[in-house]
Amino acid sequence: MPTFDHGAADIPALAITIPILVACLLVAFGRRIPRPVVDSVALAAALTVLGLLAALLASSSHGRVVSWTARWVPEHGYSVGIVLVADPVGAGVAVLAAALVALALLYSWHYLSSVSGHFHALMLLFLAGMVGFALTGDLFNMFVFFELMGASAYALTGMKIEDPTAVQGALNFGIINSLGAYVSLSGVALLYARVGNLSLPQLSAALAGHRPDALLIAGFVAVSTGFLVKGALAPFHFWLADAHAVAPAPVCVLFSGVMVPLGLYGALRVYWIVFARVFPHGEIRRAFLVLGVLTALVGAVMCFGQRHFKRLLAYSTIAHVGLFVVAAGLLSASGTAGALLYIAGHAGVKAALFLLGGVMLDRYGGVDEVELWGRGRDARVIPWLFVAGGIALAGLPPFGTGLGKAVSEEAGSHAGYGWFPVLFVAVSAITGGAVLRATGRVYFGLGADPRSRAHGSETSGSHERSDVDQPLRRVPLTMLVPIVGLLLGALAVGVLPGAHTAAEYAAGYFLDSGGYTAQALGSAGHVLHQTPLPNWTGLGVGLGLLSAALALAIAAVALYPPKLRVGERTTRVARAPIIALHRIHSGHVGDYVAWMFVGIAALSALVALPLQR
Amino acid sequence: MNVYPYLVAVFLLVIGAFGIARSHNLIHAVGCLSVAQAGTYVLLLAVGYQHGAGAPVFGSPASTPTRNVSDPFVQAMALTDVVVSATVTALLLALSVQIGKRHGTVDPDELSALQG
Amino acid sequence: MTRGLRLLLFAGGAAATVVLLVFGVLGLPHFGSSFHPYRDHAVPAAVSHKTANVVSSINFDLRGLDTFGEETILLASVVGAAVLLRPAEDEDEKRPLSGGRILDSTRLVGYLLLPVTLLIGLDTVLHGALTPGGGFQGGVVLGTGIHLLYVAGSYQALERARPEDLFEYGEALGTGAFACVGIAGLLAGAGFLGNLLPQGAFGSLLSSGSVLLLSAAVGVEVASGVVVLLARFLDQALRVGKDTPR
Repeated sequence: MPTFDHGAADIPALAITIPILVACLLVAFGRRIPRPVVDSVALAAALTVLGLLAALLASSSHGRVVSWTARWVPEHGYSVGIVLVADPVGAGVAVLAAALVALALLYSWHYLSSVSGHFHALMLLFLAGMVGFALTGDLFNMFVFFELMGASAYALTGMKIEDPTAVQGALNFGIINSLGAYVSLSGVALLYARVGNLSLPQLSAALAGHRPDALLIAGFVAVSTGFLVKGALAPFHFWLADAHAVAPAPVCVLFSGVMVPLGLYGALRVYWIVFARVFPHGEIRRAFLVLGVLTALVGAVMCFGQRHFKRLLAYSTIAHVGLFVVAAGLLSASGTAGALLYIAGHAGVKAALFLLGGVMLDRYGGVDEVELWGRGRDARVIPWLFVAGGIALAGLPPFGTGLGKAVSEEAGSHAGYGWFPVLFVAVSAITGGAVLRATGRVYFGLGADPRSRAHGSETSGSHERSDVDQPLRRVPLTMLVPIVGLLLGALAVGVLPGAHTAAEYAAGYFLDSGGYTAQALGSAGHVLHQTPLPNWTGLGVGLGLLSAALALAIAAVALYPPKLRVGERTTRVARAPIIALHRIHSGHVGDYVAWMFVGIAALSALVALPLQR
Repeated sequence: MNVYPYLVAVFLLVIGAFGIARSHNLIHAVGCLSVAQAGTYVLLLAVGYQHGAGAPVFGSPASTPTRNVSDPFVQAMALTDVVVSATVTALLLALSVQIGKRHGTVDPDELSALQG
Repeated sequence: MTRGLRLLLFAGGAAATVVLLVFGVLGLPHFGSSFHPYRDHAVPAAVSHKTANVVSSINFDLRGLDTFGEETILLASVVGAAVLLRPAEDEDEKRPLSGGRILDSTRLVGYLLLPVTLLIGLDTVLHGALTPGGGFQGGVVLGTGIHLLYVAGSYQALERARPEDLFEYGEALGTGAFACVGIAGLLAGAGFLGNLLPQGAFGSLLSSGSVLLLSAAVGVEVASGVVVLLARFLDQALRVGKDTPR
């Protein structure tokens, strides 16, 4: 008789329902109750969900928590219901989502415009979508929660309707993500026709060992497309910079910190549970590595060329997504563990940097490092938080980003890819250096006056509208606490002794598709035994210090460019590919659709062509 | 006839995306997105069809339940899909209205605020 | 990118996508085949819960979480559209232009059809477990039916019949009721959205247990949501404009 634990098993449904119920209350009464009550109720809801999910995470470490909604449990291996499976990775991502929403709501306290409670309602609905997506074990249910995340996100992105860029960015975001979701749904239809059910464990059981024929290839590519569009893998990434540049700062926190990693989570979860025993690992690994490296390089180059601080951070997210995909794409436990640590550390650092960008916008009325040169010289605490964020982004030990980087580099070298450390150091140094350069210009007035130089066609950050009604005189505690908390959280990921083993453990569960299927279909869970892998190694620490030092050097060179004796022609030739890359990122939704289909073609070629032999 | 409905579904998906790529008007682009989604409805419902089977409803007029009916799951999925489409279209049209007001145009070629 | 280059890129990508998808669909069971394992399991499951409409059973009973998510998407979109279509800082809501002629025949047909449409909508919602239909379909009929007042009459008539606050409460109530039924099931041990209520006789009006209740909740929510959504769009078109000079 299958045993489905009734204690922790109720938590997933509650964690999805509570934010929705509170959002309903805010929709109905938000206009009538005073602002502090709205803020408190929303924050309390987010914290309640956080507590529930933390309990779920603790429970999932003894084996996955499985619940079939409405008790439609499998009989003879078949069920008609929807299953919610919380393994350590799923529960962990859900905890991250709840924590970031709580901190974002704290940051928005009192100052951000709330449109009679609708902002808070949309944030809670966004939270429900993210939690549902992370915890569900059914492919169509994933699509439903994916669209819930999308609907709330499009509205939150376009909130500042007086800003022309906000509504354009939101529209680009909406069209591209929706089109990706519809491609995914086509893949879901194909898989349904073959198997006759859409829950991940049943798909896994039905397809294990099958030969990858044309239908399964099409199903895999189509389903992955929607999730990889959300995950901003190149060439599906164009929407991300547009959306991040215009959304309010707390919303960007959620996008970069957890929504984009959720896209990658979805693609990898579906791969591991449904397709890992169908496709040979080598082909899929190559596909992820190729696209990951492309994403990391495009992100890094574009990041460095931005003058709009939030766009700079957005491209750095894209670069780091490339690194996550490269690490997780090794399809090994250590690579996945490295990716998990890196995602956790990056979430803290990037979220803090976005909130700091929000503070910059609210105090000085812009986020353009050229226009704001030297404006921040009299700020005392904030510049050092920026500096901390910048070098943490570059992977300084003992921040979580450094640990994730170290574990991933180690995993790559072990797997025979010696270029891993080079890629990781270069990309994190470039992105960290860009942040440090911007900080140096705005808050320390370093470098020559940038306004005297001509600039290309990059988006300027001086037309950005502030999130608050009056420019801030001093930074309120409700904004400072989340920033410091996030940086400390990123530090904790790298420092706490349990973090590394937890990541290894979680990765082991994530890769164990046989165990997932068996446990969801009724057999008792068992605790996985894993050999612990090395933690911080000397090499890892050294590479982390190297990339931090490189980031500082890159920033210094950017601020004080040395006079090189090169002719104008040489500089023009050298800069031509970079200018072409900037032109490709045109803000035109038609271009983005064209690149999306190029991406589908590339993914299909990478997966299908080697299988023809 | 064995694969024709599926080919129609693929055609709708791709032609809808083509419409967005070459569109000169954001309202038209949002409409093309709906066309692309219509391809998914066709695919879902075609997958669930069975020759000679009835509808999976036994209430009115009351009839004895039988397994010889078309697949109800794809019909439920298509229903969800329609709701999602309507809601996303509403949001995108609201954004298009505001773009028209702020930029003075709804031609994607003339929206140049987010470059580089 | 120039237009030509964009279309060339798209053509290349789309060609490969078409090849991928066409080869994929060639591997499907042929159109009209009888391989539908989910149906084979769903029909007996629906009958065991005395629900005559198997599609409604899937929507509200077997896979209720999907419908819950979908209803929430509707809520999020209506709230989102309300946020996006609000009057901007430099705008306000001014009086609509009155006037314009409406043909008497339009007025007659509109006023005659209004109660008929509302009845049909109500019928579709309440018979969701028996006949094709259910909360979503009926809710849309109800929501758009109210706008016959606008087609047959004037915008003021519609506004009088459609107090916006009421419908915003309706939206929140519908989603909240669905969530509460779900949690009630959880607390009673039947699982989230478990079908707890007495299920009655197959084919009668009060059958299928909680499916009927959930269908009604969804009907309320969808009708209210559609009304609020259309209200925002109509306001944008007719009322909201740049600040009028005093």
